[in-house]
Amino acid sequence: MKEYRTINKIAGPLVFVEKTEPVAYGELVNIVLFDGTIKRGQVLDTSDELVVVQIFETTTGIGRDSGVRFTGETIKMPVGKDMLGRILSGGGKPIDGGPEIVPEKRLDITGAAINPYARGMPADFIQTGISTIDGTNTLVRGQKLPIFSGAGLPHNNVALQIARQAKVPGSTESFAVVFAAMGITKEEANYFMQDFERTGALEHAVVFLNLADDPAVERIITPRLALTTAEYLAFELGMHVLVILTDMTNYCEALRQIGAAREEVPGRRGYPGYMYTDLACIYERAGMIKGQKGSVTQIPILTMPGDDITHPIPDLTGYITEGQIVVNRDLHRKGIYPPINVLPSLSRLMNLGIGNGKTRDDHKKVSDQMYAGYAEGNDLRGLVAIVGKDALSERDRLLLEFADLFENRFVRQGYDEDRTIEDTLTIGWELLSTLPVEQLTRIDRDLINKYHPKIKAGAKKE
Amino acid sequence: MEVKGKQANGKQGVLKRIAGPVVTAVNLDAHMYDVVKVGKEELMGEVIKIQGEHIIIQVYEDTSGIRPGEPVSNTGLSLAVELGPGLLTSIYDGIQRPLSVLVDKMGNFIERGVSAPGLSHTKKWTFKPLVKTGDKVEPGAILGEVQETNIVHKVMLPPNAKAGVVKTIKSGDFTVDETICVLDDGREFPMIQRWPVRVPRPVKEKLNPTIPLITGQRILDGLFPIAKGGTAAIPGPFGSGKTVTQQQLAKWSDAEIVVYIGCGERGNEMTEVLTEFPHLEDPKSGKPLMERTVLIANTSNMPVAAREASVYTGITIAEYFRDMGYDVSLMADSTSRWAEAMREISSRLEEMPGEEGYPAYLAARLSEFYERAGLVKALNGNGGSVSVIGAVSPPGGDFSEPVTQNTLRIVKVFWALDAKLSQRRHFPAINWLNSYSLYLEALQDYYDKEVSPEWNKIRSWAMEVLQKEAELQEIVQLVGSDALPESEQVTIEVARMIREIFLQQNAYDSVDTFCDMTKQYDMMKAIKLFADLAYAAQLAGVSPAQINTVKSKNELPQIKFIKDYKPELAKIEKQMDAEFNTLRSAA
Repeated sequence: MKEYRTINKIAGPLVFVEKTEPVAYGELVNIVLFDGTIKRGQVLDTSDELVVVQIFETTTGIGRDSGVRFTGETIKMPVGKDMLGRILSGGGKPIDGGPEIVPEKRLDITGAAINPYARGMPADFIQTGISTIDGTNTLVRGQKLPIFSGAGLPHNNVALQIARQAKVPGSTESFAVVFAAMGITKEEANYFMQDFERTGALEHAVVFLNLADDPAVERIITPRLALTTAEYLAFELGMHVLVILTDMTNYCEALRQIGAAREEVPGRRGYPGYMYTDLACIYERAGMIKGQKGSVTQIPILTMPGDDITHPIPDLTGYITEGQIVVNRDLHRKGIYPPINVLPSLSRLMNLGIGNGKTRDDHKKVSDQMYAGYAEGNDLRGLVAIVGKDALSERDRLLLEFADLFENRFVRQGYDEDRTIEDTLTIGWELLSTLPVEQLTRIDRDLINKYHPKIKAGAKKE
Repeated sequence: MEVKGKQANGKQGVLKRIAGPVVTAVNLDAHMYDVVKVGKEELMGEVIKIQGEHIIIQVYEDTSGIRPGEPVSNTGLSLAVELGPGLLTSIYDGIQRPLSVLVDKMGNFIERGVSAPGLSHTKKWTFKPLVKTGDKVEPGAILGEVQETNIVHKVMLPPNAKAGVVKTIKSGDFTVDETICVLDDGREFPMIQRWPVRVPRPVKEKLNPTIPLITGQRILDGLFPIAKGGTAAIPGPFGSGKTVTQQQLAKWSDAEIVVYIGCGERGNEMTEVLTEFPHLEDPKSGKPLMERTVLIANTSNMPVAAREASVYTGITIAEYFRDMGYDVSLMADSTSRWAEAMREISSRLEEMPGEEGYPAYLAARLSEFYERAGLVKALNGNGGSVSVIGAVSPPGGDFSEPVTQNTLRIVKVFWALDAKLSQRRHFPAINWLNSYSLYLEALQDYYDKEVSPEWNKIRSWAMEVLQKEAELQEIVQLVGSDALPESEQVTIEVARMIREIFLQQNAYDSVDTFCDMTKQYDMMKAIKLFADLAYAAQLAGVSPAQINTVKSKNELPQIKFIKDYKPELAKIEKQMDAEFNTLRSAA
């Protein structure tokens, strides 16, 4: 392989190489340092005169005397069945002391878009055992449902609880977890690893770790490696794969860093204008394929800078993903775990995965009624602060109490508490029965007669 | 091909630079917006800038692995779509490649370098002529027809073909390429025609819209109607229900043809449309909705240049059906993703950015696009229309951003989605205070004649109550509702009924998902009846608390879910009357 020594400029993660043979766009590049160390990069811009290479690691040690080797192929990743149970670096190298991955296939990490015509319709209810998700923001197989959180909130616990408890009731199909960490601390990583080991989840997991002190640019490829692995497990081996990506905010920071180094025209808050497309190329790698067994379900986690949901990172994410689970600081301060605020949370695919034959016939209506009640009760809290509880009408007082009950009975649950969907709906009805029956306008009479605990009890007495 | 008179000289250019979807070629004779084939794999691209020797091209497919030095050839044609029988029920990507054909050619994932014609060139259609030898035909004239689905496809002389006299006209089964008509000057015409997507198809005359596009959605038809041939924008933050609203319009609007563009949106959503539409029935014809639909799906992770083109592909197809004399409605979800695609290409061209990095020509492109909507008299004299409904996804739900603002300056109807409403599951989450329709006046006559002479009055009444409620709510927030005068407490209750009964509509309920104008009128009339009785009772000394005990008003919401609602509604109204009588006599 030809080695060039024509580096002319190095700026941030970018290396500019002059006068080369024709080099392909997107080609993998190895840069050889004087001591023989190899750094990897990718071609971002290519012409006869100048090739721009983005380095995935730190550029420490690269100089004008370094050698540049163009490998002639785009970045590919070795994948194989024995990846399960392994821990890899953010760049895909084993870091658990085990052997190299025996490749059964080498796959392009950018992945191709699933043809919308070939997509299967997500329809299988995933029970996470968390009421605020199962009951009111249901997750289904093939969905991408991010967790929007803030610094210092227990989003990692929520993610771990989902990874541990997630199952499709009544299904025995094989499943796997792909976990990709981007820029998280060693401590957080240890926490995840210990939990995986404690619960035996590691056996059917593949872990990619890019830690806070690893090169930021490597974060650009970490989620792509993870998703390539997930797609292999899902669409070649027929497994149901849950992908957890944390923390997407660090990923976007890395993207901004590269954009700035390339002197691109920045979009909102300095993030590159193509961030929507870039994020879409990650998030859209979830789904099912018609006539195939496996599925890729994604739970990306991101911390909203300043808890601001309109910040470009959560904003663009929300426009791509099929809903969001919002972790809330006020609930956390009240000591409620999991502090999920259902009001701004949403699962767009919920209606596909619930109802008769999937969960229960009353699921949708119970969820809607609880939403309406909690939203109204929550608003009244502001009013009470001004006029006092005594000035409220009877209807309002009941709604106010409903909001408190909702947080304490429905939202609050234990870190190891695994509620079935029946448990969740039972709690829902219990709460709704504190409101007058006429006020349950979103539920049909038939369902009220069938499930309302007071009416059921009354019917038995007669 | 007839599209352009210009000849490509067949000379091959050479690639010089590749930077993502934008590449530079030299040694190429090219004109702006020519379609070129890039590299050994012949990826499809379009010339977007000419700078001396350098021809700058946007490529519709992923450019990884392409090297400088690879060949580039010019087709000499503009980016065009194939128009003819076979469009309906199709699902295309942004450059009119049928996605089903792509699955057959390259599997479940979108690979590159595969071309696929927009129409099937082997399928035979039964052509029935409508002109005879010796007839003089003008551009756009209808030559004959094909029963495509339950829709009759009119085969027309292309709008840019010169007039002539029919020499031969055939009848029978033909592919789209076979000649079906010969004019006396020897020109031969097949059923297919190609039209460059960036050029609006000509019409004889643009008319002012006077008929509403009935959507079956109460808040839209009732309060903020759009006219056939009109334009509307639905801006809203994520999760406020843009896509559901767009899909409801695609399902239930009384257009004859629907073109749905999924522009840079979610793959799973397109799948939902694809799985659902074939099973849904058109409320008018009873046939599957898919038979009147053309879908264009360029999801967010498909190439960005093709996303830019998808909107033009869609509107050109819509115009083609309009020329046949159909009412077409076009949904673009979302125009913000289209604008972002423009921004991305523009920044790769290193153009001077305007606001928020968008190119300075953003406003011009948006208005050009919306201006292709309209109620028209086609070249052949047929009346047809294209209504355009564009979703806008403002970052952070902030309506002051450039795409929303530039859109609002053009469109006539504004449906403002509100995250607060969707959080409390008030759907459709369209804010009744911020939304508007500038067609109200133009449509008044229609409502007078087709719905009821009372309709316009009752609509204004409802808007007034809602407006009044907003003012009263501010007071209630401070002092509680008991502090209001009694008549205003009634107003609050009436407004609540308008919101919960009339405005809220369940898209997932088999009956409530579509509500015709008569039912809308009847429902609003029933609420008005309650209001009139309640105000009268209040004047007669009945307290608001007593008025709230009226049982019949709790029955009213059930009307939404009953198909044959009239007997039940009459019963409720009668009961309401009786209850108020009792209250008044007790007072």
